[in-house]
Amino acid sequence: MRSCRPSTCTWRNRKRNLAGVLFLLPDFLGVIVFALLPFGVVVLRSFQSAVTGEWTGLKNYAEIFGNTAFRLAVRNTLRFTAVCIPALIILSLFLAVLLQKALPGRNFFKSAFLLPMAVPAASVVLVWKVLFHSNGLLNGVLEGMRMEKVSWMSSGMAFWVLVISYLWKNVGYDMILWLAGLAAIPEQIYEAARVDGAGEWQCFTKITLPNLKPSLYTISVLSFLNSFKVFREAWLVAGDYPHESMYLLQHLYSNWFRELSFDKIAAAAVVNAGVVFLLVLLLKKAWDKQE
Amino acid sequence: MKKIKTALRFMILAILAGVICFPILFAVSGAFMQQWELAENLSPVLASGDGMASWSLLPRAPSLASLVELLLDTPQFFVMFWNSLKLACCIVGGQLLVGVPAAWSLARFRFPGSRAVSMIYLVLMLMPFQVLMFPEYLVLNGMGLLDTHSAVILPAVFSTFPVFIIQRFFAAIPEEILEAARIDGAGELRLFFHIGVPLGASGIVSAGILGFLEAWNMIEQPMTFLKTKSLWPLSLFLPQITVEDAAFGFTAALMMLIPAVLVFLSGQEYLEQGIAAAALKG
Repeated sequence: MRSCRPSTCTWRNRKRNLAGVLFLLPDFLGVIVFALLPFGVVVLRSFQSAVTGEWTGLKNYAEIFGNTAFRLAVRNTLRFTAVCIPALIILSLFLAVLLQKALPGRNFFKSAFLLPMAVPAASVVLVWKVLFHSNGLLNGVLEGMRMEKVSWMSSGMAFWVLVISYLWKNVGYDMILWLAGLAAIPEQIYEAARVDGAGEWQCFTKITLPNLKPSLYTISVLSFLNSFKVFREAWLVAGDYPHESMYLLQHLYSNWFRELSFDKIAAAAVVNAGVVFLLVLLLKKAWDKQE
Repeated sequence: MKKIKTALRFMILAILAGVICFPILFAVSGAFMQQWELAENLSPVLASGDGMASWSLLPRAPSLASLVELLLDTPQFFVMFWNSLKLACCIVGGQLLVGVPAAWSLARFRFPGSRAVSMIYLVLMLMPFQVLMFPEYLVLNGMGLLDTHSAVILPAVFSTFPVFIIQRFFAAIPEEILEAARIDGAGELRLFFHIGVPLGASGIVSAGILGFLEAWNMIEQPMTFLKTKSLWPLSLFLPQITVEDAAFGFTAALMMLIPAVLVFLSGQEYLEQGIAAAALKG
């Protein structure tokens, strides 16, 4: 055991604290300069007119909520999330459960499912174009089966193309998250249940699922946050003005940015940041519960 | 019975893996086709042809012709390739340079405000680019950095994501090791370089890999902050290639794919650790 007089202890603590601050400082200064300060400015500007700089109160906010493009983008983003997140979570859990136990080629499969994460969206953009063109490969398959052709990119189907792109890109990432959750369930619980005569399906619903609940919170929130990145695929396959069913918030912001509507961007960024902040609080709560 | 079940699992996984890898194989096979074969396959997609596009994953006359042409005759491709590489390497290097000490600080020190900083980092990590775009624009504009590579590099260097990942690994180092070294008279710098960095190495590597893949794939940031085409990375240039130019497009896509896949394959284990780090307690 170490013992020291209180005065030297606080001195030592102070010196340690100083070291901690110094380790943090270079990064934190950058964060202040490139994120925190300018975000503060954006908050101020969201209450000002872009042209004259006058205070306009909540006018910018009223304007974006009345803006049809904004409402369309919000609606699409919400609809996209409502479809994608459950689909992604179920599909990736399915893969994780199949991969959980020993299997020939397990590592190969894991790599195969993760690979799209590493594939730059720009590398497959031509493939997407050829697959989903109205005379493209998918329609070729449909025609081969004597079914109606689908205009993938210029109808409501564009939304589903986006959903597929998102699932393709993210299923491996979520699968790894699930595998981490599955690995944390102690094997003894299963053994005890099997001794008591529980079948596979019972084990899954009575042991696996309840034990995965904390992971579910985390995975949902992370998937939701990753869903903002789907803009990349959307932009790659359809450019700045895609079919209206896949017009997302990032499209809108980019277009406003090009038109220099800084007052609208500022207000929308503040609203958007607020929503993300609430979600992060939920995530934090889920993590704290897990401990 | 058990054998049948394993076989069934194997079959399902094999089919799904095939579906998921198909677009990638598609892209790669296109790079080895010659222009005439691509033109024949894709003529229905190009405005003129009738019928439907067709494709075979094995080129009928595999050839490196378009690859050679790309490498020898298109200097603009090289400019973009180096732009991408420069951006990605500067970003990852910078992230680790400032991020590793910051992660050490947040993982091992408790000083007034350190909890608040952790929370700020978590929130920023999860903010999508659409929120940070306008704030970043204001700073970069004020600094006169718009339309330079620094405009893409600097904000990315101070991304809080690598700090978050590395912090998880640093926090797992047992306190006793540090305590013992302190009793032996090691200073804080020594603890960081001789204990923290080596024991947290896998975290640093996974943050580096995730950072590289992200930077290599960047689209929104260069699109917003770079106007001059000669500064563009490949990720902005590739989508502009139309199907008419498919031979060029597929080979360029392959060249863009190769570094990302190499990094992925050589560091997959670390990549998985980095992803899983987010799933466990915070």
